[in-house]
Amino acid sequence: MFPAFLFYIFSATIILSALMVIFSKDPINSVLFLIFSFVNAAGIFLLAGAEFLALILVIVYVGAVAVLFLFVIMMLDFNIENIKKETKKFLPLGLFIGAILFLEISLMIYTPEIFSNEFRIIGRSYISNLSNTEILGNLIYTDYFLQFQLAGFILLVAMIGAIVLTLRHRDYVRRQNISNQINRESKASIELVDIKLNDRVNNDN
Amino acid sequence: MSFFISYIMPLMIIFLQSLLVMIAVLLMAYFGIYADRKIWAAVQLRKGPNVVGPFGLLQSAADLLKLLFKEIIIPEKANKMIFILGPIVTCFVALSSWAVIPFAENWVVADINVGILYIFAVSSLGVYGIMMGGWASNSKYPFMGAMRSAAQMVSYEVSIGFVIIAVLLCVGSLNLSDIVIAQKNLWFVFPLFPMFIIFFVSALAETNRPPFDLPEAEAELVAGYQTEYSSTLFMLYFLGELAATFLMCAMTTILFFGGWLPPFNIAPFTLIPGVVWFMLKVAFVFYLFSMVKALVPRYRYDQLMRLGWKVFLPISMFWVVLTASFLLIFDIAP
Repeated sequence: MFPAFLFYIFSATIILSALMVIFSKDPINSVLFLIFSFVNAAGIFLLAGAEFLALILVIVYVGAVAVLFLFVIMMLDFNIENIKKETKKFLPLGLFIGAILFLEISLMIYTPEIFSNEFRIIGRSYISNLSNTEILGNLIYTDYFLQFQLAGFILLVAMIGAIVLTLRHRDYVRRQNISNQINRESKASIELVDIKLNDRVNNDN
Repeated sequence: MSFFISYIMPLMIIFLQSLLVMIAVLLMAYFGIYADRKIWAAVQLRKGPNVVGPFGLLQSAADLLKLLFKEIIIPEKANKMIFILGPIVTCFVALSSWAVIPFAENWVVADINVGILYIFAVSSLGVYGIMMGGWASNSKYPFMGAMRSAAQMVSYEVSIGFVIIAVLLCVGSLNLSDIVIAQKNLWFVFPLFPMFIIFFVSALAETNRPPFDLPEAEAELVAGYQTEYSSTLFMLYFLGELAATFLMCAMTTILFFGGWLPPFNIAPFTLIPGVVWFMLKVAFVFYLFSMVKALVPRYRYDQLMRLGWKVFLPISMFWVVLTASFLLIFDIAP
């Protein structure tokens, strides 16, 4: 009874905050509501007994991705009226994608037998008496090792691509080279010269 | 009646336990400020707080009362809701991480399987409090402080993650009590000494402690993200930061100094209860934190980023691979 009660609280807050993401006027509020719904989704994972997934969701999405989101949106200067006009143009496309997503989810709910049992990590943990961290590890690193590596490589390529796109070498920016600074010795920069009285230092070299 | 026994009773027990842990953390923060100020004073040949109460012990209480009775000032153009939420989030996040910290054997509110991930996840939320406060103030310095803080905390979390992975490889469990028990024979500070250094420095950066206190660098940003805050809201930021600092001290103790375990497993040491050892170790790490603050000048921002991404990240990644290979070759992986 109590878990069910918690489930309804979490799911109600997810739906409400997801609606607020769309309807709130300030983009910052939207992002904050998005983060709030991520946290509540983690709560639902916890209720389902998938504590590893729940915390990874918080670490990756809330702790890193959404921070960058917030970062970018805080820096941008928004004009809400313009955005509203733009959204109307993309309404059919959005509805189309939404319909596909809705279809997928309802397919999952009403015909669960088309998905093989291998994907049910939580189910496995009840059978084999291991914690779901271990089961997830087994699944990823033994059964689906190649796919996992492939996903990793795709991410690596994406990372390198992002770095290449943003890396510019500007000549007028002066950079500090720390190893050069540390390896610099007094001989390279200071020259001691004996000066005779009433004579000048020879500055030729 | 059965409802009472199965739901209300455990809830009440959990509530009381959490309250106890919270009081312990707040007491730590109380004496932490005092110890901090005394240590800096000693380093700079001053006396430090010595007027209020015996040896100045009541100075923190006086400061607390002063802050409580001040007026809360909210800037006119600030986003009121987020402005107030910012410090609350910081304080909430810093205190809630303490739920999984084992103070002694079985002295833990929530002994969950993935304790270390929980701490990592919750402490990564700390950045929101700062960003929300900095943005909602609608003022230049707080905003710049918040931006710096976000970049800094995200970068140093990466190397903290790798340090934790290296420790976990030696333990084979994500449970904090298991991590402590795995150090029964040898504290991890000895085999993983470079990782301890990286963790220590990253913990300083993660909690915005000097020499990495750029988000509130008073020489350039007035007080960074806290500039517009006063009274209780300011106090909540201050408290959250101290609780997070002590959390990092406790994490260092658990990951590297064997938590509640005595240094030698023989008679005079084992007689002292585990919680005393734990607190002594936390106090020692906090002393190191304070000494760093007293001795090291503040980093420049680009140096901070360089240290995080170009020095700590490669070293910690390399050390994770090294630890894994070592455990595999000598077949001592748990």
